[in-house]
Amino acid sequence: MPDFMGGPAIKMRIAILSGKGGTGKTLVSVNLAAVAKKSAYIDCDVEEPNGHLFFKPEDVQEEEIFVKIPKVNHELCNGCRKCVDFCKFNALAYINNKLIVFDEVCHSCGGCILVCPEKALTEKEKVIGKVQKGISGEVRIYTGILNTGEATGIPIIKKLLEKDPEVNERALIDCPPGSACIVMESIKDADYCILVAEPTLFGVHNLNMVYELVKLFNRPFGAVLNKCLEEENPAEKFCLEKKIKILGRIPFDNELGRLNSNAEITVNKNEKYRLLFSALLDTVTKEVRHETTTNP
Amino acid sequence: MKIAIPVDEKTLESNVCPSFGRTPNFLIYDTETKESVFIDNSAAASTGGAGIKAAQTIVDNKANALLTPRCGQNAADVIKAADIKMFKTTFASVKDNIAAFIDGKLPLLDEIHAGFHGRAGN
Repeated sequence: MPDFMGGPAIKMRIAILSGKGGTGKTLVSVNLAAVAKKSAYIDCDVEEPNGHLFFKPEDVQEEEIFVKIPKVNHELCNGCRKCVDFCKFNALAYINNKLIVFDEVCHSCGGCILVCPEKALTEKEKVIGKVQKGISGEVRIYTGILNTGEATGIPIIKKLLEKDPEVNERALIDCPPGSACIVMESIKDADYCILVAEPTLFGVHNLNMVYELVKLFNRPFGAVLNKCLEEENPAEKFCLEKKIKILGRIPFDNELGRLNSNAEITVNKNEKYRLLFSALLDTVTKEVRHETTTNP
Repeated sequence: MKIAIPVDEKTLESNVCPSFGRTPNFLIYDTETKESVFIDNSAAASTGGAGIKAAQTIVDNKANALLTPRCGQNAADVIKAADIKMFKTTFASVKDNIAAFIDGKLPLLDEIHAGFHGRAGN
């Protein structure tokens, strides 16, 4: 049982996700991390990480991330093609009596090396991207960066999330868009998931994708309605129908858009939004505490 | 000379399939004997690397030329490694493309796209 049960200490992982890009995941993650003061902001959107643009972290340290891929010894290969037939990702082809490996298609399962009867395949390391760690005030900034063209960012996300949050620290996990494996990897150990939704029918479709995902993973969750207008909000209607807790509402606001597009952290510049995101953080923290009490 | 074409249906009346890697079938047509052989594309349902696997099928069937509306980078690498020439289909129907190829009227396919890799077209 966690040591903060019942006590005031806070130590939790909060994942922020949505079914598509541009709904406000980074807006919510960055501003929650900023109002939380002591926190970790973890950018798992490894194909296009942009949270660092707001935090402008200092003392940045980098670590390269490797995966293992097969290397062919053409002298030993007898052309039996067992590896070609085995590979579910079709990363291998046998052409003109020569085995070809498509490094970027390989998912590093290691199966080809196991099935080769001639021991013609061995492992070699390949860099697929990197993890950067820096600091911005009291916020620790972690950024995952996947090199263009690589098959999967999962090894980078595993590295980003390998450490538990520190005591009295909230970790805000800015997820990749969608509901594919990289999102699953990002939320699987989260204590709570925030689904960010837009007030359109398309937004509802995307909200439903992540709603089904968090249910499948049995993660506690709630929704934040972004870009709210005076008029009818289909995303809100969806939340009411599905009995999804609405954690907060962010208005469609030029001022917010201006601050955000200038890479400003809104809560540091605007009192109204500081209060809004503080309230949202309190709500989420209470939700997590409630969850750990009722479903430990 | 044997030519390979991605086709929607297993008949000479078929149209060319717009996708190379995920076409349901290939036609292997022998321009000398005028013999047509239709083969299943086992790559069609692949989660990834369909172009590579489809290209392997073309190579294994000993085609000398590939007639296709488009082709991705990985598939093109396989096709080129096997010294198979690629031509761009210019008609919808399989028959018209075969006729144009025999008349030497099909252009070489030189525009290779980067590949969709699970992001589009499925």
